[in-house]
Amino acid sequence: MTNSWTDIRNTDLVVVMGGNAAEAHPCGFKWVTEAKAHRGAKLIVVDPRYTRTASVSDFYAPIRQGTDIAFLLGVIKYCIDNDKVQWEYTKAFTNASYIVKEGFGYSDGLFTGYDEEKRDYNRTTWDYEIGEDGFAVTDPTLQHPRCVWNLLKQHVAVYTPEMVERICGTPRDKFLRVAQMISECSSPTKTMTSMYALGWTQHSHGAQNIRAMAMLQLILGNIGVRGGGMNALRGHSNIQGLTDIGLMSHLLTGYLNMPTEQETDFEIYMRSRQFRPLRPGQTSYWQNYRKFMVSFQKAMWGDAATAENQWGYEFLPKLDVPAYDVLRMFELMGAGRVNGYFCQGFNPMLAFPNRGKITASLSKLKFLVTMDPLETETARFWENHGEYNEVDTRSIQTEVFQLPTTCFAEEEGSLTNSGRWLQWHWAGGSPPGEAKHDTWIMAQIFLRMRELYRKEGGAFPDPILNLSWNYHDPNEPEPEELAKEINGRALTDLSDPADPSRVQVAAGKQLLNFSQLRDDGSTMCGVWIYSGCWNEAGNNMARRGTEDPDGTGAYLNWSFAWPLNRRTLYNRASADLQGRPWDPSRKLLEWDGTKWTGYDVPDIAPTARPDQVMPFIMNQEGVSRLFTRGMLRDGPFPAHMEPFESPVPNVMNPRMRGNPVARVFQSDLSQFGNADEFPFAATSYRLTEHFHYWTKHNRVNAALQPEFFVEISEELAALRQVVNGGWVRVWSKRGSVKAKAVVTKRIRPLNCDGRVVHVVGIPLHWGFVGAAKKGFGPNSLSPFVGDANIETPEYKAFLVNLEPTTAPGVQS
Amino acid sequence: MSDSPRTAVSNPPTQPMVSNLGPADLIRRSATEDLPPPQRQLTPVAKLIDVSKCIGCKACQSACVEWNDTTPAVGENVGVYTNPHDLTENMFTLMRFTEWVNPSTDNLEWLIRKDGCMHCADPGCLKACPAPGAIVQYTNGIVDFIHENCIGCGYCVKGCPFNIPRISKADHRAYKCTLCSDRVAVGQGPACAKACPTQAIVFGTKEDMTRHAEGRIADLKSRGYANAGLYDPPGVGGTHVMYVLHHNDKPHIYADLPDNPRISPVVQTWKGLTKYVGLAAMGFMAAGSLIHGVFARPNRVSKEDEESAEKLVETTIGQPVPEASSSNGERG
Amino acid sequence: MNVELSRRGFLKVGGAGVAATSLGAMGFSEAEAAVAAHVRPLKLANTTETRNTCPYCSVACGVILYAKGDVRKGERAEIIHVEGDADHPTNLGTLCPKGAALKDFIQAPTRLQHPMWRKPGSDRFERISWDQALDRIARLMKEDRDANFVAKNEAGVPVNRWTTTGFLAASATTNETAWATFKVVKALGIVGFDNQARV
Repeated sequence: MTNSWTDIRNTDLVVVMGGNAAEAHPCGFKWVTEAKAHRGAKLIVVDPRYTRTASVSDFYAPIRQGTDIAFLLGVIKYCIDNDKVQWEYTKAFTNASYIVKEGFGYSDGLFTGYDEEKRDYNRTTWDYEIGEDGFAVTDPTLQHPRCVWNLLKQHVAVYTPEMVERICGTPRDKFLRVAQMISECSSPTKTMTSMYALGWTQHSHGAQNIRAMAMLQLILGNIGVRGGGMNALRGHSNIQGLTDIGLMSHLLTGYLNMPTEQETDFEIYMRSRQFRPLRPGQTSYWQNYRKFMVSFQKAMWGDAATAENQWGYEFLPKLDVPAYDVLRMFELMGAGRVNGYFCQGFNPMLAFPNRGKITASLSKLKFLVTMDPLETETARFWENHGEYNEVDTRSIQTEVFQLPTTCFAEEEGSLTNSGRWLQWHWAGGSPPGEAKHDTWIMAQIFLRMRELYRKEGGAFPDPILNLSWNYHDPNEPEPEELAKEINGRALTDLSDPADPSRVQVAAGKQLLNFSQLRDDGSTMCGVWIYSGCWNEAGNNMARRGTEDPDGTGAYLNWSFAWPLNRRTLYNRASADLQGRPWDPSRKLLEWDGTKWTGYDVPDIAPTARPDQVMPFIMNQEGVSRLFTRGMLRDGPFPAHMEPFESPVPNVMNPRMRGNPVARVFQSDLSQFGNADEFPFAATSYRLTEHFHYWTKHNRVNAALQPEFFVEISEELAALRQVVNGGWVRVWSKRGSVKAKAVVTKRIRPLNCDGRVVHVVGIPLHWGFVGAAKKGFGPNSLSPFVGDANIETPEYKAFLVNLEPTTAPGVQS
Repeated sequence: MSDSPRTAVSNPPTQPMVSNLGPADLIRRSATEDLPPPQRQLTPVAKLIDVSKCIGCKACQSACVEWNDTTPAVGENVGVYTNPHDLTENMFTLMRFTEWVNPSTDNLEWLIRKDGCMHCADPGCLKACPAPGAIVQYTNGIVDFIHENCIGCGYCVKGCPFNIPRISKADHRAYKCTLCSDRVAVGQGPACAKACPTQAIVFGTKEDMTRHAEGRIADLKSRGYANAGLYDPPGVGGTHVMYVLHHNDKPHIYADLPDNPRISPVVQTWKGLTKYVGLAAMGFMAAGSLIHGVFARPNRVSKEDEESAEKLVETTIGQPVPEASSSNGERG
Repeated sequence: MNVELSRRGFLKVGGAGVAATSLGAMGFSEAEAAVAAHVRPLKLANTTETRNTCPYCSVACGVILYAKGDVRKGERAEIIHVEGDADHPTNLGTLCPKGAALKDFIQAPTRLQHPMWRKPGSDRFERISWDQALDRIARLMKEDRDANFVAKNEAGVPVNRWTTTGFLAASATTNETAWATFKVVKALGIVGFDNQARV
């Protein structure tokens, strides 16, 4: 989230698209109802299904899953055509005026540089023209034919209301009503918020869905302001935290990234990360990258990280592929190239696509270790549960360890919510049986490995032997010790840059925040963006101040928000080039002539002049990007792409299947189904009564939604002679499930380009262990392909067939 | 910007506290003619359920189960979101889902109504109840079941114009929402109202809740719901659980919420069975009544009482009451 | 300090809107002397409160755990109830149907109690001690790492990656657990490392 849950109360228009906030985040959705109550805010829902969010909306428009880009580019076109643009914001704070290199273009659904063989683009033309002074060339008058604004206008021209209706199946009048309501928020005194979640990410073009809305929000001037923003609702209690801390194949902490094998030494690694400003006088904050990186390396390897060994650069693994993401790992596992696998609080057997492939891959492991408070299907993947898990147990040679862990109620520490608040919590109950904290288990594994390497030697033991592990009890690091490492401390006395005779931070003291980090090895910091969470003032994550001056919803004294306790990202954009708030009644920051003042921690140097330094300081340009250069693999602008399994051909280019640059493994190519065999458009989702595969263990939630079902329209029920509450079989090219049918008016067939498209809704909460009835999940059916940039699987749009059947275990 | 009403203004106490609701606060007691007048008048309370703000998340059901330590069974899916499929002795409140196409706009509206005891000012259950002290009404409006006194006859079910109480198959006593009388007695709102994410359920004095409803109704009218209104039916003397409905001109579209609920005239006039349990009632009772030692009590029944009891049973059985199975209204 | 609960209480409620004034107006300020308990006694009496955060979605609602026993005093504590924290600015005491039933997650019959081990080809789990399990896991890891670690790529450049063992981290663990996990996994050279954010 760029903003926070409590900030949503400041909005005038909530657009829920690519999410279902009322259902998946009910208590956060409270702030939508508050905005409605106090500002007369309106709520728009755009979704293939009439959801529980839609049930309290002011306007609902249906859309075919996987076509959000066409819809959003249609809205952008509507805003441009009707002069509903926040011009001052767009001209000053976006790259609308930047000139793009000659040669860049788009036709037949593809940008310049496409290589069909490689399924990749040559992205060299996707960039700015750079002047002789080394800065990007701009045309503030927006007259230049190759300025971003004119290219954007040209790019969206095709997305007329008629085209939107053809692609999305959204009736023209409904689309126009939504576009009109959204366009009103181009006024500096009206803001819109976008609340989205996995409805946008779980597509082979997920990143571009989000880009499309971000661009719309930018031209409406809705980023950095109260009640605005791009608000990713996020699924798990600490999914934000684990991403921030970099528990991903391609990441290090704080969005530093893993080196590749082309980056053969530290200086080469740093060279592509200098991020020199692209415009005169701009701040490019990533210029501090070296300070963050060296401090991180010092946190990992302590004294063993020295200037001489490039701070232990060699200790870090180097990637030969963009990432060993989960799809790649299971592909390798299936090929017999992975021997061991750990699942810490993770149930891949229900979470990853194409369950048949997942089970087959797990069966090839030598050993599997699960760490969880609850039973999981993954831990018992080898156990035969009849129709629900038909495996040949004896043939599965995998050795499995199921380790019991504590749950939230039995442990202490912080979780980062979607609004970037780090909130501390305490243990209130005793663990059951022999259950242990995850920190204890990780320490035990580490200490044993270190001991084995100490005694026996082996493959490159250095990063293991040298890992910093100076804890009071090495067997179980305490949350407080770990949190202090995350914050960082001075390793030697740090002299004050302004007055070198003064000591700014004494050796051994906690750093105030990341502004004190150094690149000479004199500071250590585990996660630079979290620095400030536990400084000499104490545990700021445990703060409980409920003051909220003037009811802005900022709550600056409640917990700690990264970065620097800032509650709204890009908040300098809430004021104009003179530093005056766009909407005085919704002031966030204001320039008082010498510095920024207001309700939030400024997202810019506090003395940076408003007419000089632009608000988007994490970008080299200092402005936001309507044209994203070569940073995404699938285009500098979003463009309509169909899902890999689509009920209709891509109207831009009927030859194009899915995202033209998404990675597809050879073995999965034959696993895609076509509309002639699988005529119905399926989508998957959560229900409010359940949380993933956890609450099926809970008798209360199991009673509230007891059994696996699929949802279909009355029309599809009539077509396939399905009765409400009866059993249906749903199958795709990859698998088959049995479910109860919920026949509903909340799903209606869509008309897309002259074809009737039936939608099948598949919720995801059932498996073969727990208190609820045994059932299946959508992952038995969904395809093994991910987003072209980040490999998030395409769970939201795939093809199935459906027929009435009998209950599992009952012969017809 | 002012806050919306909130049920939870403070966290519940954990220090031992004296309950603030006792026998001295009773205004009515079933089958008890000589109830002394209450020693004080508590401010009438009400739970307001704003159907237009409800997102159907069932947090109220979940909170109700947890607070009251009930154990609803894991059922099966029968093609609806209403789970369990009816109120039970273990499920005092239930979201009832109705898919309704508004004929004037042709738009689908998903009407989700939290069903449960309405805490009628004129409680049909209490009036029908033949067991002394099994049903009580406090001066603040809460109608509560005192299970120790319940004989499981089921008259309360028949007497209820909303078809709410349920008889336990395990202990043969009647159960329903207590309005969390144990929480209210220490100054806390009911568990459902506290949990409700959008505060579609709020709790406070009836006066405040009525005033809050007026604001909500004005908002709904401004959004095009011309018939938005407050459901506080006069046929039962008003209720201490009220609804804000977007279509208050037709309550029945909300899973058969009665348009004009009334206590059966038989219950209203029937005075006979106030002291002793009638034989007819015995026949109506489940076997479990034995457990309660009903037969150990004075068991004299006049002919008049017997007739009245029979009449009540026949009449109410034949009379249309909101069907328990209205959960299939989801499709309607 | 982990529990600083608001004790405005029912006697002095104020300032928080309609419902607040309502409760104050109900006459509770004149608490009755020992009347026979008519309603159920408040089940939270004499419990220990602990502030916590709901482990489900990312709204991160504040919850209060009510327990018999106090872990801070070294006692065994059984959680008997979980309720929303009225002081929390995001959820203001409210909870969703999952959060409101957290007690039944904590006490689920399928909570794991002991380390279990499934031998190759076996059709059941059997008990194993922590030490046996961890020793065996470390041995299996070391064997695999030593056999398959890629120290240099074909060009002879040090790459130091271990691709044959993977690790999925839990996005419901704390930041502190995550940092400890990160350190161990990256130091071992594991590159097949992801969390639920990937999905």
